[in-house]
Amino acid sequence: MKETSRSETERVAGNGLLHRRMFLTGSAAAIGAGTIVDQAGAAPLAVEPWMRIPGAPFNAYGQPSKYEEKVARTWASAPGTGGTGSARTPHHLLNGMITPSGLHFERSHSGVPDIDPDKHRLLIHGLVKRPLVFTLDDLGRYPMQSRIAFVECAGNSGALFAKQPANANVQAIHGLLSCSEWTGIKLSVLLEEAGIDPAAKWVLAEGADAAGMSRSFPIEKALDDAMVCLYQNGERVRPSNGYPLRLLLPGFEGNMNVKWLRRIKLTAGPTMTKDETSKYTILLPSGKALQFVFPLEGKSIITHPSPGLTVRGPGFYEISGLAWSGYGKIAKVEVSADGGKSWGLAALQEPVLSKAVTRFRMAWQWDGGPAVLQSRATDETGYVQPSRAQLVALRGDRGNYHNNMIQSWAVAASGEVKNVYA
Amino acid sequence: MSMRKVFVAAVPAVLIALTAPVPAQQSPNLGKPISQEDLASWDISIGPDGAGLPPGSGTVQQGEAVFAAKCQACHGEKGAGQPNDRLVGGQGSLPGDKPAIKTVGSYWPYATTLFDYIRRAMPLNESKSLTNDEVYAVVAYLLNLNGIIPVSETMNAESLPKVMMPNREGFVTFTRGK
Repeated sequence: MKETSRSETERVAGNGLLHRRMFLTGSAAAIGAGTIVDQAGAAPLAVEPWMRIPGAPFNAYGQPSKYEEKVARTWASAPGTGGTGSARTPHHLLNGMITPSGLHFERSHSGVPDIDPDKHRLLIHGLVKRPLVFTLDDLGRYPMQSRIAFVECAGNSGALFAKQPANANVQAIHGLLSCSEWTGIKLSVLLEEAGIDPAAKWVLAEGADAAGMSRSFPIEKALDDAMVCLYQNGERVRPSNGYPLRLLLPGFEGNMNVKWLRRIKLTAGPTMTKDETSKYTILLPSGKALQFVFPLEGKSIITHPSPGLTVRGPGFYEISGLAWSGYGKIAKVEVSADGGKSWGLAALQEPVLSKAVTRFRMAWQWDGGPAVLQSRATDETGYVQPSRAQLVALRGDRGNYHNNMIQSWAVAASGEVKNVYA
Repeated sequence: MSMRKVFVAAVPAVLIALTAPVPAQQSPNLGKPISQEDLASWDISIGPDGAGLPPGSGTVQQGEAVFAAKCQACHGEKGAGQPNDRLVGGQGSLPGDKPAIKTVGSYWPYATTLFDYIRRAMPLNESKSLTNDEVYAVVAYLLNLNGIIPVSETMNAESLPKVMMPNREGFVTFTRGK
């Protein structure tokens, strides 16, 4: 009786959302205790073979358990190509804030180049006093810094622009987002050594891949928080993420974080490359297109539960997901279980970092009835993640890029979770 | 650390200005200077004003032959698309709510971008293999297919930047909150 009333006082929004206090104080057990459905005891404990004989010997590079093979990227390539396209992170099978390097999303414009690090060079030239060439050995001697930052493809979540909701999971819709710890050199240090001509207002960055992928960005970003990165999550950057050197422009759309970085050219204006004119521009209903939309806006997605993660009967569940903003830190994440009618404040998992993903968590007591789960992020600038209707009203549904609308997951009485528009 | 702060603060501004052409002493300065001549092979980006365009030229007719040999298998006859990107047509399809057909003719704002991109990235399986003349030619062919230049026009470093693309004014620089 007492427990029932306590769990009722914990409710903060409709359809069973509970106060985040339980994550902050660790009092989940008290609430969970009242909700155990199966009162039968556990089966007797077996002493399994692996408890009796020595395990496997050491190996040079650790791999995930063989039982985790389904935790894998999925990808699509352009017709007739092997590596022009994108591979997606399985967020429904991960937790925490760091994406394992081998599961970091990948967008490549002409496959992954096989770069000999001894032959790789970084050229800095254009509007500088002294054009300079760096070897990786040179760069490895510079003072380094580390930061945790998300990278999100501008085309991530574009599937939500479709007129009808796709039968797709969080990986297929939102898998072009990942978060790593990046270690490297502040780009400004290298530019200062080359000597910045005051006429330099833009920077062209170019990759050493066969596509020579190139993008322009304002010099203010180069002097702010841009980095040339040698390490990702403690080890050298993986080939699919830019080995041996990638540019990091924290918060800016993924393709500007040029992989396989070989050249930096300071220019007076933008170079107007293919990927900043014909691609990565947002076509509006007026027929005009927004250009140079660099930072990703405040956004969040629920990863658990999500399609494929069937909810197994009424009772306690943790709703959790990721929130991020290219403009700074996440200030709050609200969660709804009734399609946006009422909202409760989610707990934010520390650390909450600028331009990194923040894991949020919300306790949910599912009563077994239909529910529509949503999350809504607010960043430290006060920007609030829009609904689908709000974003489509603002930009139409043909923009392809920078889709940060609220995702709705419908939970059926059967426990099946589906992508819906609500 | 505090000593260094004191030292930096004590350096008169005029001294910093005088030493500007010399690399900053606090920095490792491990980059090797390189001449414009020696970096030229890497400096392949072309500005919208044509800066960086190399010598050479190509005609629409020459471009038609290059396209048939090197491009058509992916981009279709006369750039109609399939299996890969459509390159021709779609003008007038940008406003409204029907699917837009974004091609060289309907969407690309600068003709110089064609030279830059084709030379660096195409054909997909042997990028950077076309001669400058071949790139100018295939650019001329694509512009002609889109009705932007007459069949008689030749593309080179002088003529290409002067081409006015139909969607040149189709872009608005993004400002947050607007």
